[in-house]
Amino acid sequence: MSAPPPPVLEARGLVRSFGGVRAVDGVSLAVRAGELLALIGPNGAGKTTCFHLIGGQLRPEAGTVRLAGRDITGLPPPRIFRAGVGRTFQITATFGSMTVRENVQMALLSHAQRLFGLWRPARRQMRAEAEALLARVGMAEQAERASGVLAYGDLKRLELAIALAGRPRLLLMDEPTAGMAAAERRALMALVARLARESGLAVLFTEHDMDVVFGHADRVLVLDRGRVLAEGTPEAVRADPRVRAAYLGGVAA
Amino acid sequence: MDSGLLARRSLLRRSAAAVAVAAAAPLAAPAIARAQAAAGGAAGPIRIGEINSYTAIPAFLQPYRNAWLMAQDEVNAQGGIHGRRLETVFRDDAGRPEDAVRHAGELVNVERVHLLAGAFLSNVGLALSDFANQHRRLFVASEPLTDALVWSRGNRFTFRLRPSTYMQCAMLVEEAAKLPARRWAIVAPNYEYGQSAARWFKELLARARPDVQFVAEQYPALGRIDAGATVQALAGANPEAIFNVTFAQDLTNFVRQGNTRGLFERRHVVSLLTGEPEYLLPLGDEAPEGWIVTGYPYADLDNPRHNAFREAYRRRFNEEPRCGSVVGYDTVTAIATMLRRTGGATGTDAMIEAMRGLRFPTAFGTAEVEFRAIDHQSTLGAFVGKTALRDGRGVMVDWRYADGAKYLPPDEVVRQMRPQSAS
Amino acid sequence: MDALILQALNGLASASSLFLVASGLTVIFGVSRIVNFAHGSLYMLGAYLGWTLVTRFAGGGAPGPLGFWGGVLLAALAVGLIGVAIEVLLLRRLYRAPELFPLLATFGVVLIVQDLALWAWGPQDLLGPRAPGLHGAVELPLLGLRFPRYELFLIALGPVVLGLLWLLFRRTRFGLLIRAATEDREMVGALGVDQRALFTGVFFLGAVLAGLAGALQLPRESVNLHMDLAVIVEAFVVVVVGGLGSLGGAFLAALLIGELHAFGILVFPRITLVLVFLVMAVVLVLRPHGLAGAAPAAVPPGAPGAAEPVIRPAPLALRRFALAVFALACALPSVLGDYALSVFADFAVFVLFAMSLHLLMGPGGMASFGHAAYFGIGAYAAALLAHHLAAPMAAGIALAPLAAGLAGLAFGWFCVRLSGVYAAMLTLAFAQIAWSVAFQWVEVTGGDNGILGVWPDAWARDRRVFAWLALALSAGGTLLLLRAIHAPFGYALRALRDSAPRAAAIGIPALTVRWLAFAFAAGLAGLAGALFAYGKGSVFPTLLAIPRSVDALLMVLLGGVRTVTGPIWGALAYAGLSEQLVRATDHWRLLLGLAIVALVLFFPEGLAGAARRWWEARESDGRR
Repeated sequence: MSAPPPPVLEARGLVRSFGGVRAVDGVSLAVRAGELLALIGPNGAGKTTCFHLIGGQLRPEAGTVRLAGRDITGLPPPRIFRAGVGRTFQITATFGSMTVRENVQMALLSHAQRLFGLWRPARRQMRAEAEALLARVGMAEQAERASGVLAYGDLKRLELAIALAGRPRLLLMDEPTAGMAAAERRALMALVARLARESGLAVLFTEHDMDVVFGHADRVLVLDRGRVLAEGTPEAVRADPRVRAAYLGGVAA
Repeated sequence: MDSGLLARRSLLRRSAAAVAVAAAAPLAAPAIARAQAAAGGAAGPIRIGEINSYTAIPAFLQPYRNAWLMAQDEVNAQGGIHGRRLETVFRDDAGRPEDAVRHAGELVNVERVHLLAGAFLSNVGLALSDFANQHRRLFVASEPLTDALVWSRGNRFTFRLRPSTYMQCAMLVEEAAKLPARRWAIVAPNYEYGQSAARWFKELLARARPDVQFVAEQYPALGRIDAGATVQALAGANPEAIFNVTFAQDLTNFVRQGNTRGLFERRHVVSLLTGEPEYLLPLGDEAPEGWIVTGYPYADLDNPRHNAFREAYRRRFNEEPRCGSVVGYDTVTAIATMLRRTGGATGTDAMIEAMRGLRFPTAFGTAEVEFRAIDHQSTLGAFVGKTALRDGRGVMVDWRYADGAKYLPPDEVVRQMRPQSAS
Repeated sequence: MDALILQALNGLASASSLFLVASGLTVIFGVSRIVNFAHGSLYMLGAYLGWTLVTRFAGGGAPGPLGFWGGVLLAALAVGLIGVAIEVLLLRRLYRAPELFPLLATFGVVLIVQDLALWAWGPQDLLGPRAPGLHGAVELPLLGLRFPRYELFLIALGPVVLGLLWLLFRRTRFGLLIRAATEDREMVGALGVDQRALFTGVFFLGAVLAGLAGALQLPRESVNLHMDLAVIVEAFVVVVVGGLGSLGGAFLAALLIGELHAFGILVFPRITLVLVFLVMAVVLVLRPHGLAGAAPAAVPPGAPGAAEPVIRPAPLALRRFALAVFALACALPSVLGDYALSVFADFAVFVLFAMSLHLLMGPGGMASFGHAAYFGIGAYAAALLAHHLAAPMAAGIALAPLAAGLAGLAFGWFCVRLSGVYAAMLTLAFAQIAWSVAFQWVEVTGGDNGILGVWPDAWARDRRVFAWLALALSAGGTLLLLRAIHAPFGYALRALRDSAPRAAAIGIPALTVRWLAFAFAAGLAGLAGALFAYGKGSVFPTLLAIPRSVDALLMVLLGGVRTVTGPIWGALAYAGLSEQLVRATDHWRLLLGLAIVALVLFFPEGLAGAARRWWEARESDGRR
């Protein structure tokens, strides 16, 4: 009998401080294939910093990040992308001078290492793949629109399509449903959950909306002032008195 | 060959008769002139294409163009050249040689000028000279001083009026060698003119006075001298004499800082071009005294021809003539004299033949000037004298006319410097 | 020892003068983000107006009724009002235009002022009076050295002005707003402050400082028509070396440059030509935001992309139009005269030159103030091959882009690591270093006398054949650029410009892509340069000089930096306009300047941008 495969993402003892304040202070977490882990906590708890440490936007001062057992600590974002991490941003980031489909094509071309072509028009390359991805996130009809004019919820879905274009093993989603209507949120998260189950994708996401968290996450990790406060199934976390005291008390009572 | 094509093509747009004439006389550029003459253009004007850095160097070139027009009007008032009027088309190269070349093409091909003239900056002069060589046109360079123009890069089509850097240096070295000073410093703008003036001065002075040494050299960027620091650097070397090549605003700033800091006290200064009113007048009452300079004593030069020139210039433009005025005036005089010699013919070969050895009078009123056949350099000279203050402005005193013919290297040296193809 | 002390004092005096000009520039830039090319013109106007006010209101050169100091201050205030006029009439209308577009407008102002100054004050250099009470030299206490009084005054004035500005910024509401606006423009808008009034006020302040700096040169330098361009580049260097928007940094940078100048000429008398640019290159490579500049507040990952228009494949009608234009261009040489043919070849060269720069400025989002370097290096590569090795033209045309591309690789490696105006100024520094090599290495390059006799091979010597050759290569290069813009490489460049964090998160290696784009653009500029060299028959250092870089910049901006083919129209319009005006009138600078200002006001998106807008409006009307 072989040992169980290592978790897709395993972070250990991550530390990062800004101006003497430890924004992330010894956080460890792990996400397995097919699992959705929600990272929650009050504002300033260190969620986004945590994401940046894993996604390569920031370098940790201490700690390691492993992707399927491989050390990716401190690599720049492009290398982390190539290692198999896709991400969406809290404030959406798309290429405003491209259409929706071109945004996805861009990610596909990058994944296929075809960035340095000088002759064949980009918009004619990997078009079907891009459309398939857009169809998966429900953006097929908007493929020809400029990404700069999209509604907020559509931008989030486009970001998801872009993130998926790299065939990631791990998806990092910073507030994937912020600004969406309730029905939209449920649809998007259901989609993400389905993708995770079907293709063994590991998903780490932050979220303010507790309905989303408790409705879709397999496990929940609570951060407070840079430290892990609690971790477990949604039910266990919800029941945890420390969590209730520190965080949920005022919100979900 | 090239100009044969040129002649043929240009004629397509002319009358069929002219085409027939051109076909009958496939002799390159002169064919145009003959064709035009044959097509009834005998009384048409003779056109000069003049290219200069008008917007870049207005202080020198406005008086230059004034006098040019004055000379041209005088020629035309006397009936022109064998009945043909003299006309000039002016173009501004803005100090860019590549633009000068473009204008040359336009003047030759569109404005149909018979010869090219002008240039202040040396690199513009050289670019036009090369254009003239390629397109087999006469180019009378009026002002550019670089020696290369008639020597190392000389060609059959280019003639130059002004005494060159070498000649003016030679004039000054003659005086410098008489000074007791042995420790010399040099300040020159950092470009070809400044560098070659410094080189010639050192070489010629060392030849005349083996005992001199050069203790400091400063090469400020043209037009951007850091005068205080430059003056201090020169003073730090404690020379007995200074050779200055800066001019225009660099000179003004250098003189101001030098005066303030006593750089010129108890020191000899030998200075190129500083006696030209363009550069001396802006110094006002701060003009240095006792510098040995080349220049133009416009107020005191007293002979009938110069007096007439000065009077006419004053009357027409309400100001004193500058050195540029003489250069502009003499260029037109030389061209007109040459054209009279060709009998009004404007074929390039005929004009070149007439230019070689051409003798013409200068507005200086001094001896006749000759365009030497050996290197196409004119023997126009310059005045060498000392600066002084009079009525709150700088003037030249104790001056004499240094005839350019006496400040040129021996013929065999010139022949060696000049390419074979240029003769 | 004495000499060194004196030289240090000289350095301080130059530093003060430099700081005065640079302080106004940095204040204006800090708030408005406008690269004010006309700042040198304001400085020159300060000197001329100062001269008039000080001398003209009395006879015989004695100071007029205002006295020297009154005249200087009045001149500074007058220049301040001119600055306000420029802001209100011109720049105010351009704050929404693409970055750097106002540069085009201020360049128009430079041209206009040059001609007006010549007209008003004549061509001859003017000498201002000495400052009363500050004549001559004074013995320095303790040291026993003599030093000019006025220079001592200047040495003191620099820190005093710095101190006054510091007080203004710390102790007044106006200053507080300026500081706030320098750090965060949106925030000031959110505070409900009238931005227009603030900008106008800032322009007044900056222009007063420029005018004061100019007028204060009266006792030490001649007033002349070259002052504007002589000072503007150095002032920019000081501002950038100091860190954009930082007064203290500008002061430090002025000190550094002033002292290095003063001591540099003791060791290398010829270094003055290039020293400031060497300093700037070194500082920027080591400190990408200048001495005192901080990195702009970290852009939060996922900040909204710039509002750049979507680049779509050209509509059929446009492609047909382009094809027709190209066919016309192909046919044109057979009916043109000799001069028109050479202009035609020039235009072909400029189109390629502008298009190559546009790859960097448009899709690349990087400004370059030194693109002429690659144009010139290509031209010199061709000329050196022809001159020293008698190589055929084909070899020159093949190797020139290679040489320029290699230079692009070398310089670009540093430039792409910087951003915004810092990157642009580093390109300028490298261009000036390349220029000074062409200028000073006389044995190889012929110095400023250039290299002559770079004529095409016999088969292409016919003007018509050469025009076709230029068209073919220019069209080929342009096609390559257009294909690249629509190909994945161009998309990757745009991706980096639109959203750097997103681009990184999908694995686009920013530095590599930008670096290669830099070299690619450089190579094609080199091709344009080689063609230009063969067309003119000669090369000169002017081919690498700042005005040529500015030309390229103007062509791109005029055509429309946010369009794909704009630079083609920009190049044709700008080159055509200057060619016509220079022939038509002595006052071509005035008219060209006015034309540029008019184009800027009427077509703030550039010519092609305006055409696109017109087209889109027509299309949507049609659909209704």
